[in-house]
Amino acid sequence: MQKTWNNKAWFMVLPVLVLVAFSAVIPLMTVVNYSVQDTFGNNEFFWAGTEWFTEVLESARFWDALQRNLFFSGVILAIEIPLGIFIALNMPKKGLGVPFCLVFMALPLLIPWNVVGTIWQLLSRADIGLVGYSLARLGIPFNYASDPLHAWITVVVMDVWHWTSLVVLLAYAGLVSIPDSYYQATKIDGASRWAVFRYIQLPKLKRVLLIAVLLRFMDSFMIYTEPFVVTGGGPGSATTFLSIDLVKIAVGQFDLGPAAAMSIIYFLIVLLLSWVFYTVMTSSDAAN
Amino acid sequence: MARINLDHIRHAYGVRLSAPDDYALKEVHHEWDDGGAYALLGPSGCGKTTLLNIISGLVQPSEGRILFDGEDVTNLPTQERNIAQVFQFPVIYDTMTVYDNLAFPLRNRKVPEPEVDRRVREIIEMIGLSDWAKKKAQGLTADQKQKISLGRGLVRSDVSAILFDEPLTVIDPHMKWVLRSQLKRLHKQFGFTMVYVTHDQTEALTFADKVVVMYDGEIVQIGTPAELFEKPKHTFVGYFIGSPGMNVIPARIDGRTVEMGGQTIDLGFAPKIASGARTELGIRPEFIRLGRVGMPVTISKVEDIGRQKIVRAQFADKPIAIVVHEDGEIPSEPRVTFDQASINIYADSWRVGGEA
Amino acid sequence: MKTHATAISTAQTDAAQTLRTGTTQAAERRPGTLPLPARRTKAGVAWLVPTLYIVFLMLPIYWLVNMSFKTNTEIMSGVSLFPQTPTLRNYMVIFSDPSWYKGYINSIIYVVLNTIIAVSVALPAAYAFSRYRFLGDKHLFFWLLTNRMAPPAVFALPFFQLYSAFGLIDTHIAVALAHCLFNVPLAVWILEGFMSGVPKEIDETAYIDGYSFPRFFVKIYIPLIASGIGVAAFFCFMFSWVELLIARTLTTTDAKPIAAIMTRTVSASGMDWGVLAAAGVLTIIPGALVIYFVRNYIAKGFALGRV
Repeated sequence: MQKTWNNKAWFMVLPVLVLVAFSAVIPLMTVVNYSVQDTFGNNEFFWAGTEWFTEVLESARFWDALQRNLFFSGVILAIEIPLGIFIALNMPKKGLGVPFCLVFMALPLLIPWNVVGTIWQLLSRADIGLVGYSLARLGIPFNYASDPLHAWITVVVMDVWHWTSLVVLLAYAGLVSIPDSYYQATKIDGASRWAVFRYIQLPKLKRVLLIAVLLRFMDSFMIYTEPFVVTGGGPGSATTFLSIDLVKIAVGQFDLGPAAAMSIIYFLIVLLLSWVFYTVMTSSDAAN
Repeated sequence: MARINLDHIRHAYGVRLSAPDDYALKEVHHEWDDGGAYALLGPSGCGKTTLLNIISGLVQPSEGRILFDGEDVTNLPTQERNIAQVFQFPVIYDTMTVYDNLAFPLRNRKVPEPEVDRRVREIIEMIGLSDWAKKKAQGLTADQKQKISLGRGLVRSDVSAILFDEPLTVIDPHMKWVLRSQLKRLHKQFGFTMVYVTHDQTEALTFADKVVVMYDGEIVQIGTPAELFEKPKHTFVGYFIGSPGMNVIPARIDGRTVEMGGQTIDLGFAPKIASGARTELGIRPEFIRLGRVGMPVTISKVEDIGRQKIVRAQFADKPIAIVVHEDGEIPSEPRVTFDQASINIYADSWRVGGEA
Repeated sequence: MKTHATAISTAQTDAAQTLRTGTTQAAERRPGTLPLPARRTKAGVAWLVPTLYIVFLMLPIYWLVNMSFKTNTEIMSGVSLFPQTPTLRNYMVIFSDPSWYKGYINSIIYVVLNTIIAVSVALPAAYAFSRYRFLGDKHLFFWLLTNRMAPPAVFALPFFQLYSAFGLIDTHIAVALAHCLFNVPLAVWILEGFMSGVPKEIDETAYIDGYSFPRFFVKIYIPLIASGIGVAAFFCFMFSWVELLIARTLTTTDAKPIAAIMTRTVSASGMDWGVLAAAGVLTIIPGALVIYFVRNYIAKGFALGRV
């Protein structure tokens, strides 16, 4: 759309600006402030320079958490994006089945995150949980609290349960916007089911998939509440992701300096990776 | 190429059928010749696209059979019917190049690559997109996209029929003429069986050998453009074809004469009319002579459209249109005479024969 | 000419009839409906995938509901698919104790506050982004979106200090404002998508007709993008309702959300599983109600005005 140049538009953006400045800029400045200072209590601060940054970047603990988080996001994207597309492709396009599917599929998205954790805890425990108990009866001693692998499986399945619907709904919204004549044309052209997907559906899904990948990446990279409720970051530190570690340092140990430095590094990593995803996924458009 | 038989076909979209009016397409029973160019003409919602989709197999008829060259294809899916179809709005494969778009239907059918290349080059030349062959189809204009759609329809040499569903809607007027004459030339050259859906009479009349006029889910007439003009089988055809359409005047038939508002005309034949039928006389504006002799009319308006004048007048208390040559005189006490050979008589909207 | 008129009118009623029953070629071309033969051949297995998926989604919820009707003794004594001695005791505990049920009221208050604030500040901003170019517009838009990428964990502590300084700790407005961090950028982004879909000519026509800007915005523009506003509100509601880390950090008692109160079920006598399950079930209900009311707009809504 042709837009007109009008600097008065700033006045319309002003409320948002003030609000976001209050809820983002001021807190962020606090973080920056802490990240370069040291304190021994009594509200006395000393200039610490890049000391905290060096400390964070040199600690194995940070790199381990980062690695775990990257691995987790990778697994999540690898499962949820294809699975979500697959389910969306098989959803009914009209009739009573549509609202039925949509209502049930959207439900996990509106459950408070700690309740999601609670639900999976109740389901997976070997003593009272349906799945944990059933596995135990089958001779598989499932215990997410002591076995790191079991903890990971629980956290991953929980996230798939929680968030795949977001991908499904986005992909479905993209699919129903494809006009009928496209499908008719592919029949006339004798295209295979795969070709229909490859040349009609996938290109039309590109925009929504970009949104899906970005949202799923950001949220899985910032995950805190659900694994915290289920595993508390354990066993050991097997499921201690960056957010969990950050809260442990900031609130648990009250090490404000390192926590603030870590916050900034963490934020920058999210920004950088989101930018990379965005650039890679839109690069073919730019080439045109 | 194939002969198409439509064998007692009816179609309804809903499931509950109680009256004949529930059918979106009322009974169609026709044979269309191999290599013919047919235009399906009619207003929106008359069932022409339904009929087209039944031929292509995108819609299965509720009743009846469809045969290509005598072979029943009613239950064959679109892919196996070996037809090509071009849609109203361009359908292109965004991520492919223009060349690959055109090659797509051939490659899907395992045509050898040298043959693909030969056909695609030929078509790409014809639609004038040679310069864009290696470009992605995404960035093209609507015109160009529709040309690709047309090209994909024409690229296969072995199709039973090529179907067009109002393909020139998005093309600008000048380009319409060019593409239409190209289609016409291709038809002459290769003898494809072509079916062309449109609501534009000019398009239908210039493209087709035979025009199939549809109205309210029925085929009301199949004929050459001349037949549709001179002997419309149904008052709707008379009204729909021609500009302005045919004048239809309520009339009373008495043997060889017809009487309208106190005026009687000799028909030269005696139409056979069932008793109680509603009778009308149809005469095209082109066949009414305006002068100082004949039946009196009152002129209400004269529209000058260049080479002709359209005179709007009251005749026997009914509005009629008369076409007058641009320097034809309009008398102060106007009277009209009808060209006897061009009078059509209708009973309950259907034409009653008299020539035989 | 009378016959022509009737011909046209019957043609029209015919078209109207066929349209109403969802037929004719026009209806047939509607996006999202697979052509007939495809449907026929696929119908055999197509329903299986969504069905299996929904079963997978509902299983944990079924288990939660199942537990919420059991006594703690029954829960601890082993696994059963249905409550052997169904009880409403767990729900009674919640409904009879203000410190429990006030959690729900708190959550709903700050979620609604947040939704109203986020959408109402986002509306003019989204209009500006969709209609005008101005100094630094692209950078501003991008910067807004980066806030959606800020990990809540990063902000938990500074938020606490900031709102302490203003004496806002343990108030609903504090949580509502804090959630604006991620909801305002989201609302601006969604609304901008919907607004860009409204042709600019509409604005111009309104000005020519003598509408002032505020009157045009309220009387003409807002109704036009009502579905967009609905979608933005839905997403704000959703993300505010499910968030816990920040909400818990900023509240102690008076504005504590239900999700945070649930941690109370751990006590000296062990875990009160039954009440925990019942509280969980009750947190699902508001979301389920919201989804039910917007069910016919979900597909369009998730397109975010951008497909």
